[in-house]
Amino acid sequence: MSMKCDLVVVGAGPGGSMTAKTAAQAGLKVVLLEKRQEIGDPVRCAEGVGKRALCEMVKPEPEWIAAEVKGAKIYAPDGTSIVMSEDKSGSEVGYVLERKVFDRALAMQAAEAGAKVMVKTRALGLLKKDGVPCGVSAMRVGEPLQIEAPIVIGADGVESKVGRWAGIDTALKLKDMETCAQFLVQDNTIDDEYTEFFLGNSIAPAGYAWAFPKGEKLANVGLGVLGTRSKPGEATRLLKDFVKARYPNGKVLEMVVGGDPCAGQIESTTSDGVMLVGDAARQTDPLTGGGILSAMQAGIMAGEVASKALTAGDVSKAGLKEYEDRWREDIGKHLTRSYEFKEFFVKMTDDDLNQLLGSLKKEDISKMDLRGMLRVLFRLNPKLLWELRHLVV
Amino acid sequence: MIFLLTINRYKCCYCGACVGVCPACALELAETMIEVAADCKECGICTRICPVGALEVKA
Ligand SMILES: Cc1cc2nc3c(=O)[nH]c(=O)nc-3n(C[C@H](O)[C@H](O)[C@H](O)COP(=O)(O)OP(=O)(O)OC[C@H]3O[C@@H](n4cnc5c(N)ncnc54)[C@H](O)[C@@H]3O)c2cc1C
Ligand code: SF4
Ligand code: SF4
Repeated sequence: MSMKCDLVVVGAGPGGSMTAKTAAQAGLKVVLLEKRQEIGDPVRCAEGVGKRALCEMVKPEPEWIAAEVKGAKIYAPDGTSIVMSEDKSGSEVGYVLERKVFDRALAMQAAEAGAKVMVKTRALGLLKKDGVPCGVSAMRVGEPLQIEAPIVIGADGVESKVGRWAGIDTALKLKDMETCAQFLVQDNTIDDEYTEFFLGNSIAPAGYAWAFPKGEKLANVGLGVLGTRSKPGEATRLLKDFVKARYPNGKVLEMVVGGDPCAGQIESTTSDGVMLVGDAARQTDPLTGGGILSAMQAGIMAGEVASKALTAGDVSKAGLKEYEDRWREDIGKHLTRSYEFKEFFVKMTDDDLNQLLGSLKKEDISKMDLRGMLRVLFRLNPKLLWELRHLVV
Repeated sequence: MIFLLTINRYKCCYCGACVGVCPACALELAETMIEVAADCKECGICTRICPVGALEVKA
């Protein structure tokens, strides 16, 4: 079977659905492909998201908000903790989502805007005419399908192939990927009001462990380990130890695993007739691993640029340059800064981490944002943080 | 000696992390099934990123 459209989007995660919705609203004929039979399932996410930035893009719906938190608690390896309030630490966490519902709701919005959603349909490669991409070949419920389109969006997540098919090397180095495992834990000791972050090289080497509450004493409890510090199965093994130590009576109701890119800006996210969005473009925040918002933001930009490029009649790499420029100016700058912090963070010993968090004990950081806190940290620990001085302004 | 990448399908949680790090683009996640292509160099990179230890390079 074959079909034609203006834009084919590969992958119906938050990035792909926002691209499809934006482009369809601009009047393009859009096809959104998802290889899974159920959008959003299985989840590979801790589901934490900044409230303000999210609400700028979509109207919050109670169906997909599992919990709202007051702030974040960060624990040093020696158990010392600091508390940050949500309105200040803001950007990263505010809501804990129910991504199975959220991802489907976003795909639904794309469909309502006019996009054709096709599930259990896997892109297998790019169609090319004179070497230039002009659509995708796919398999739909076991049957071949060709979709011709002048622009293809790769929103195909951590396992992205669209970029590679287009000649963009998106393969991640082990030092640029966190290997993660997470359990949905039910336990009376769970803090329903705060997201919690646990640092320490014996808990999660060059990563961190987290507990993101989902209401009614349930939480996503997980951890990420830097690829270079991992062995086969390490993430799951360490998570079992962590859960046993922290929630000895906890009950595990769900298991999630996944790879979270922490690569910073990659060289290229466009080629002739192709744009990459979200995890496929490695747009995840390298320090926190958060990637829902940047995938959605980039999706909106890609949808807008697709519509402009088609109107202008130039879908070449040069014609799509606006996408490259826009996301780098915004998300990109943040990624670069965050990548520097990550590269520094992964070298820290437990003693360093204890010193840093310990130094904040006598300070009132409750009213500070992340930047303000960094300034205080730098003032109190100039020697330890010397390498980062150019970032602390 | 011949090395071979083996997948324990009973362990795999089809997360796609291994696909993202394979330098040879030899892996594919077909919904819930990891497939290995002949281009696999048996370098073992994917085995280290697998959160559950489903991949092994065996002699
Ligand atoms: C353990 C873990 C915890 C995380 N926690 C957080 C968090 O708390 N907050 C946060 O913001 N981010 C978090 N992230 C990151 C976040 O999950 C991702 O950044 C986000 O899902 C990216 O969205 P996306 O649309 O780019 O890709 P995805 O959501 O991965 O969607 C990609 C889609 O493409 C589909 N696809 C792939 N290949 C094909 C193909 N060939 N044909 C058709 N469809 C295809 C996939 O099936 C998938 O549905 C976490 C990640 C992990 C692994
Ligand atoms: S990384 Fe492991 S669990 Fe994830 S898809 Fe690959 S083999 Fe399966
Ligand atoms: S062993 Fe190396 S080449 Fe083979 S699939 Fe794994 S990462 Fe790719």
